[in-house]
Amino acid sequence: MHLAREFERRCEALFQQGLVRGSLHMCIGQEATAAGAALALRDDDLLITNYRGHGHALAKGISPRAAMAEMLGKVTGCCKGKGGSMHWTDVSKGILPANAIVGGGFPTIVGATLAAKMDKLDRVGVLFFGDGATNQGTAHEAMNLAAIWKVPSIFICENNLYSEMTPISKTTPNKDLAERALAYRIPAVIVDGNDVEAMNDAVCNAVQRGRRGDGPTFIEAKTYRTVGHMIGDSQIYRPKDEVELWRTERDPITLCASKLLTRGVTAAELSAIEHDVTAILDDAVQFAKESPYPELDEVFEDVYGK
Amino acid sequence: MIRELTYSQALREALTEEMERDANIILMGEDIGVYGGVFKVTDGLMAKFGEQRVIETPISESGFVGAAVGLAMCGKRPMAELMFMDFAWVAADQIFNQATKMRQMSGGQVSVPMVIRTQQGGGRGNAAQHSQCLEAHFAHIPGIKIALPATPHDAKGLLKQAFREQDPVVVIEHKLLYNTKGDVPENLAPIPFGVAEIKRSGSDVTIISYSRTLLHALEAADSLAKSGISAEVIDLRTIMPLDMETVVKSVRKTNRAVVAHEAHRNAGFGAELAARITEQCFGWLDAPVERVAALDVPIAYSQPLEAHTLPSPEKIIAAAKKVMYKN
Repeated sequence: MHLAREFERRCEALFQQGLVRGSLHMCIGQEATAAGAALALRDDDLLITNYRGHGHALAKGISPRAAMAEMLGKVTGCCKGKGGSMHWTDVSKGILPANAIVGGGFPTIVGATLAAKMDKLDRVGVLFFGDGATNQGTAHEAMNLAAIWKVPSIFICENNLYSEMTPISKTTPNKDLAERALAYRIPAVIVDGNDVEAMNDAVCNAVQRGRRGDGPTFIEAKTYRTVGHMIGDSQIYRPKDEVELWRTERDPITLCASKLLTRGVTAAELSAIEHDVTAILDDAVQFAKESPYPELDEVFEDVYGK
Repeated sequence: MIRELTYSQALREALTEEMERDANIILMGEDIGVYGGVFKVTDGLMAKFGEQRVIETPISESGFVGAAVGLAMCGKRPMAELMFMDFAWVAADQIFNQATKMRQMSGGQVSVPMVIRTQQGGGRGNAAQHSQCLEAHFAHIPGIKIALPATPHDAKGLLKQAFREQDPVVVIEHKLLYNTKGDVPENLAPIPFGVAEIKRSGSDVTIISYSRTLLHALEAADSLAKSGISAEVIDLRTIMPLDMETVVKSVRKTNRAVVAHEAHRNAGFGAELAARITEQCFGWLDAPVERVAALDVPIAYSQPLEAHTLPSPEKIIAAAKKVMYKN
């Protein structure tokens, strides 16, 4: 969680220096969903995330060096600099290309897990998406297919109450999006997405169901991004005290740290994690900055196979 | 010895042989199982290969085309059948934003070796939402290959090749070709993409075409011969990759070119061909390149209106005479 947050803080600074291009969508405030889920997964389990997916991919094991180099468009990036912030991929860690079309990954995860089922592998596939994605047709088509094909897809909805800049009350009649999965007879649970343990429990259960051949699961994680939809978002669509409440009292990292302290982890151990993360990120940023840009001929590579 | 098959039979033979060769090939689509597909191309394949490999999907084009993308990224070779080309729009995100981009976005870490089989075209009174020819839309997006067989022979050979490619391929059939017959030898090898075929040699004008319009072009060439005009007819067979070498060589010989297809004229693939011919043969051309294509209106239901909209041998003859400056 700490790695994800600090990684994005570095990205924010690099964006302001003009080194990160395009749009930057940060998951600050939502890190527990990623950490809780990834701890339940193996390397060969599949992940498809979305444009707010840095936390998910880092938790699933993508190299911070390769990820940071990708942010800077360098040839040493996880996608050789061709994908940028929104398409991180590391097949060796089960991370399929992240998707920047809202709802675009739904059918893909169903196909990917159908392949696993056909090959009689016990791997599962996790799809992360936001509340807004559940209003796309692909979400409904894919949940229907997952249900009839009984594939080990785990649909994790990060309901952060806003689809981009519009509150959920204006976009959907459901308060709980888990209801939508029930329409397809997919078992669905609602969890506190800022509680990393609760998140982990829910995903562990879903993973067991998937590995047993019991089919898909839907998890609605109630959470909140305490930063804008993207860099430069004025956030005029939500009250400041609401953001402040989530940032202070419900911050997943603070909540986790407090819990660990009550369980006998020492403050020194916690600050050691922070020091480690700082060292990892110092190294990643230096690596990314020192790496070369791709050669121009590289633009013709990876369009078609050879 | 000539072995005559229909276009449908040739396609079915290709599917059968490929599925026997590669256990990773899976067919998905609407009504393709027990019913055998609305054009009966997959007739009998579910009985032969089972429900695991011939999957009857819901009417859910984004869903199953997208599922094919996921299957392809995970080691399978899925074929998604779009019952009508017009439904490609329904699955457009999954085709154009997903399937074609995955290899590049991931820096080459994944590939999407999937086949989309579909049919297009008018001439049967299917009206505006079931008659469009949309190959130009696919040609505009890098990352996919496009085959448009005109004969049973090429239908089999190109479909077999489609299952050996490493990238998404759309095999575009024509609804009025399914019952046409032609020679399809036993043990036909896959036909490599990007190799056009000169279907008829000639010296006065080159007619470049593909899919069903190729048959119109051949008919036009017969008729032109009677008027003393010798037409060379080229079947492109695939438009991505595109065999410009064969086209350029022919046009530099005949000095005149007509491009003919059933898709709309405006921004159709013929416009790309005309531009490339002009770029590569300008000094050889004795007349501007002529385009024969559908009128730029939605395809009407009424028979006379539809016939008026679509290309015909007569329209190709008129275009050839125009570039010959003859009436």
